[in-house]
Formats: sequence, C-alpha cells, structure tokens
Amino acid sequence: MKYIDEFRDGEVAQKLAIAIRREAQAGRRYHFMEFCGGHTHAISRYGVADLLPDNVKMIHGPGCPVCVLPIGRIDQAIRLALAQGVILCTYGDCLRVPASDGLSLLKAKAQGADVRMVYSSADAVALAQKNPGRQVVFFAIGFETTTPPTAVAIRQAAAHGLKNFSVLCCHVLTPSAIASILESPEVRQWGTVQLDGFIGPAHVSTIIGSRPYEFFAEEYRKPVVIAGFEPLDVMQAIRMLIRQVNEGRAEVENEFSRAVDRNGNLKAQQLVGEIFEMRKNFEWRGLNVLPYSALRIRDQFAEFDAEKRFDLTYEPVPDHKACECGAILRGVKRPQDCKLFGTVCTPENPIGSCMVSSEGACAAHYTYGRYKDV
Amino acid sequence: MSKTRQAYVRPLDIKHGQVEMAHGAGGRAMAQLIDELFARYLGNEFLAQGDDGALLPAVGEGRLVMATDAHVVSPLFFPGGDIGSLSVHGTLNDVAVMGARPLWLSAAFIIEEGFKLADLARIVQSMASAAKAAGVPVVTGDTKVVERGKGDGVFITTTGIGVVAPGMELSGRSARPGDAILLSGTLGDHGMAIMAVRESLGFESPIVSDSAALHGLIAAMRASGAELHVLRDPTRGGLATTLNEIARQSGVGMMLQEKALPVNPAVAAACEFLGLDPLYVANEGKLVAICAERDAEMLLAAMRAHPLGVQAAIIGRVHADPQHFVQMTTGFGGKRIVDWLSGEQLPRIC
Repeated sequence: MKYIDEFRDGEVAQKLAIAIRREAQAGRRYHFMEFCGGHTHAISRYGVADLLPDNVKMIHGPGCPVCVLPIGRIDQAIRLALAQGVILCTYGDCLRVPASDGLSLLKAKAQGADVRMVYSSADAVALAQKNPGRQVVFFAIGFETTTPPTAVAIRQAAAHGLKNFSVLCCHVLTPSAIASILESPEVRQWGTVQLDGFIGPAHVSTIIGSRPYEFFAEEYRKPVVIAGFEPLDVMQAIRMLIRQVNEGRAEVENEFSRAVDRNGNLKAQQLVGEIFEMRKNFEWRGLNVLPYSALRIRDQFAEFDAEKRFDLTYEPVPDHKACECGAILRGVKRPQDCKLFGTVCTPENPIGSCMVSSEGACAAHYTYGRYKDV
Repeated sequence: MSKTRQAYVRPLDIKHGQVEMAHGAGGRAMAQLIDELFARYLGNEFLAQGDDGALLPAVGEGRLVMATDAHVVSPLFFPGGDIGSLSVHGTLNDVAVMGARPLWLSAAFIIEEGFKLADLARIVQSMASAAKAAGVPVVTGDTKVVERGKGDGVFITTTGIGVVAPGMELSGRSARPGDAILLSGTLGDHGMAIMAVRESLGFESPIVSDSAALHGLIAAMRASGAELHVLRDPTRGGLATTLNEIARQSGVGMMLQEKALPVNPAVAAACEFLGLDPLYVANEGKLVAICAERDAEMLLAAMRAHPLGVQAAIIGRVHADPQHFVQMTTGFGGKRIVDWLSGEQLPRIC
C-alpha cells in the first residue's frame, strides 16, 4: 500500500536497528515512555522491541482513551442507555470496558439497551436526524485528536436545530497526563521509575502542535520526540531520543514532520475553543483526579450537553482491588507484573481497562507479546 | 406442471408480492410458495419426491460427513454474492475440508413476514445456480415465516452430506512439527466486502466477496498426491482464529511469515482505514492446508494451477510448542503472537 508500506519496510528497520545498537552506549540504560496507545500497539504488533538492544526499554504510557476512562463515566453512559432509553452511540473500543455491577455497554446492549457503535461523530448526528423521536447521546471520548470532530458534531446539531442530540463529553488533554506522570512521586521523588524521554503523540500533535511539549523538555529536562504511528517512525524516534540523552540535550524534536508543525491545526483549536472549555477537575483511571485535564461543553451549547440534559451526577467508583491498571498507566508496573494478567483478566473477560482496547498496554502485551513471558 | 399447481387460483406475484404468515403455515399458500419458487429453481429428482424427507441412495465405500451452517449475513446482497450463494458455499466448504466429496444439501429458510418475494426469488435463484455449479443438489428443505420485526429478512440454514473416500484422514488434530502451512489465496475479501457495503465506505473499486465452493480445488490438491494433514476454511474469526484452533487441537505451535500472506490491496487499505487486521477478517472461499514439508512445493503448484488457488502461498511452518502459540515474523522483522480473535470484530458476516 502506497504511503504505508514505506513506513513498515523491514530492511530499513534492520538498518535503523543497527544504528540504534551502535549509538546506545553500553554502560547506559535508556527508558523511554511512548505516551500513546497508538505507539504501544505499533511496538507490539510489529515486534519493534525485538529490534532494540537490551539496554533500551520502552515503557507504555497512558495515552489510550479507553484505558484512562474511569468506571464512573462508563456507568453514566450505561445508566443513560438502560434507564433513560436513549440511543447511546460511541466508538467501538468503548463498548467492552468493564463498569459497575459486572456491566459494560455491550452487556447493557444484551439487556436491551440501544447501544450503537459509530465510526465518527458525524454518524451520531446522522442517527439523531434519522430518529427524531428518540434521544441520541454520543459518548465522546478521546484526547485532542477526537475532540475537533465532536465539536463539529455539536456545531452541526446546533445548525440543524436538533433537539434530540447530546454529547456525554469525556474528552481529556494530553499535556495534563504527561505532567501528572512527571510529577508522580515514582518519577520525581523516589526515582523508582526511570524516565529518560518521551515519544510524543502523533495524531494528537497534528492538532495541538509540538509547542505544548516544550514545557516538559525545559521544566523537567526530558527529551520529547514526536513520532508517527508507523513502526519506522517509532524506531527513528527512539534513535533521536538516544542521541538527545547521549548529548545531554532535552528538547522537543519532531520526527513526524510530514504531519506536525510547532503550532498545530489552528482552525481545529479554534473550533474546540468555541465549543468546549476546561473542566476544573476530571477523574482519570490510574491518574486520579487531575485539575484542568479535561473538557466540558460551554454553557452556550448546554442543550447538547448530556450531563445537563439528563441531569447526570458523577460518582467515582474504585477499580478492582487487584487490578494494576493504574500503576501500568503511570509506567510504574508492566502488564505481566499484575496478578490478574492473563489469568483472571484476558481480552475476553477484561477486569481492567488496559485489557480492553488494542491500544491498551495489557491487551497489546497479551495479544502480541506474551510468548516472551514463558 | 403438476396438477396441484393448476389448482391454485392465481400464481404467486413474485414481482410485487411479499411473504405473509400464511406462507409458513403449512397450508395451500405454503405449498404454492414451495412449488412456484423453491421447487421451480432448486428442483431435482429428490426434491420432487415431495415427502417429509428425501430418500437418498446408499453410498458405497467410505464414511459420511455431515455439516450444518446457519447464515444470517447482513446485508443479504453484497458484491460477489448473496445469502443464497453463501449458504451453499459455506456448508459445502465445511463438508469439503473434511476431505469429502459433497453429495447433497438441505436448506431451511426462516423468512420475516413482509419480505419481498422478488428478493426471495433472487436469493433462491442464486442458491440454485451455486448448487448447480457445485454439482450438489438441494434435496430437502423447510420454510418458516416469523412476524415482522422478529427476523431480519431471511435466515438460511443449510446442511450438507458428503462421502470421504477410504484412506482419507484429515483432521485439525493432525498438524505435526515441521509441516508446511499453505493458504489458497488472499485474506479478508468476504468480511471487507460486507463491511464496505454496511458502512457505505464507497471505495472506488468495490471489494468483492470471495464466496466460492472449494471442493474442486480440494480435489485438485488431493490429486497432486501431497500428504495432506489438515484442511480448513478460515471463515469467521479469520485465518488467525483458524490457525489457533488447529494449533490447540494438534498441540503444536506455528510460525507465520507476514510477508508471505497474500492480501488484496483494496482489502488492506480498507482494513487500515477501519483499524482491522486482515488476519481476523472472514473469508468464504479460502482454505488453509497443512501438509508434509517435503510435499509443500508440489501442493502449492497444484493449488496455483486451479482458478481458486492462483494466489496460493506457503505462509509458515508448524513447530513444537507446549504453549500452542501461533506466532509471526512481522514484515518489519520483529516477532509477535497471532492470537485468537477476541470479542466480535465484525458481526453478522455470514
């Protein structure tokens, strides 16, 4: 496939692997976090880790939209679908995330809830237009990449004067999550998690640009390399991070220059700003409550805010006691360190959210890499 | 034309009519539907017996294979086929990959009240031509009608019977370390053809289902003289799931070569677009063959010489592995597991 195969070329990968091996200094250990689930998936699916020398380790980060969604938010969506009888539509990954009472959206569907999978927010608006007699709620999740489409959906709904469309907004912000990891005691105080740099998000950065990461490079002295989601992108980013570490630099570099620039997509940012504003607090799975880390719908568009339309309140729900998703999302533990991994918690029967989405660290390791554990 | 048929007041209005509850009630309306639609297109000496079951001749040597498959595909019509042809191919292939020569089919229809007779006729005709092309008659059947809203157009369950020649031993338990794994053609065409229609993806060149009867290809493979151990058609769950089933049944591991996997570029693009992996997407006209290593090239040549195996490839090897992992050397040069399909990737695909 043109424009894709070039970034998955095995021969180029071997050459890059040799270069990485040459440049990684023998006496040094390199620990890099790939923030995004998209990178986690690429690393696992293409076996990138097999091409890295032993002293270069990748730590999976929290950039998987489904993984950071707390149980309480899924519960809200399930309640809307079961008790309020709305058509609840959302992206496919969301459907299997375990919630309270042994439910998930998919299980609620089996109980009679009208839950639909959509590929885009536009599909959700179309559903509302097709079903004027029903309330349609779009359960909007994701980082900055999926936020502009949700904004467009709300604007369209407003333009069409739709009275039966609303959004349960759970959009979260990448920089807050990175800051929370860098501020965590494991990284900052105790040093139990060695973190020498970040592979920055690909798609998120097409929206927000590379500028927001400059703070992390300067303030925390951590190199950041923004990389595309193809495996060669990841390899090249790792090489660039190794160079920064070797040279004692902590800068924001852009491997994904074919799509990302410093300022990002200003039009999208403007649109998001028009529809959304910061939430004071938002609970993340694994990262707890983070201030100014998520978005809510502005009052001007309140009629499209499902939380207001259906008078929803948020109740936090603790995770399963033995589930290590929280620690895994912060890079403190690896999937195979969790007692539940692969025994109680499997993709068929996930206990924690990291086992659900293909971008989740546990699902990626279970699906692609668990042969290494035996 | 039979005498009973002449007794009907008016012929079925296939062009404008629709299925009514009476068409499944066992009375005259049902008899008329059977006569004017099912018997008309599917007719053969066994169906013409008109009894509760088909009286079939004894098969001489060999053992019988029986397989059944319910078809609930949505949409009913898709590029490359429809539920009618699919219901013939699906079951025939289940019989054929057992090493059997398929002999007879049965078909049970569950039809939703209000379903257009024109669509039903189209489906039955398609079924008839698929059965005819395969040389396997539909010898008995059943028709039920459910109330509007209680079905989704039409569901078709077919059962096939075939005969396995003496000495033919094929089973998912027979893969052995060292064996070669062959695939008869491109991955994921059926699943993506359905998906493209359902999601109105509107690709410039439509993806066409690979729905086809495989027993001709299998006969050619057997004629090659290669020592076949396992044959299976990777339908729902795709190649990945089929190989995992075999690995578990045989108690072995497998190593695939990603670069060797044939995928139609349009399917690869559609999968990329939807975030799907062709390894998990359904096929309806492909088979996996596991054979003795020394015969692999010979078998490959025989497959490629058949129209349904032109793009056949040797995709991997069987090895000893107590964990029964199916693994793959990625095109990128790393290794990974090719796991069972988890959950439901694409519902109502066949």
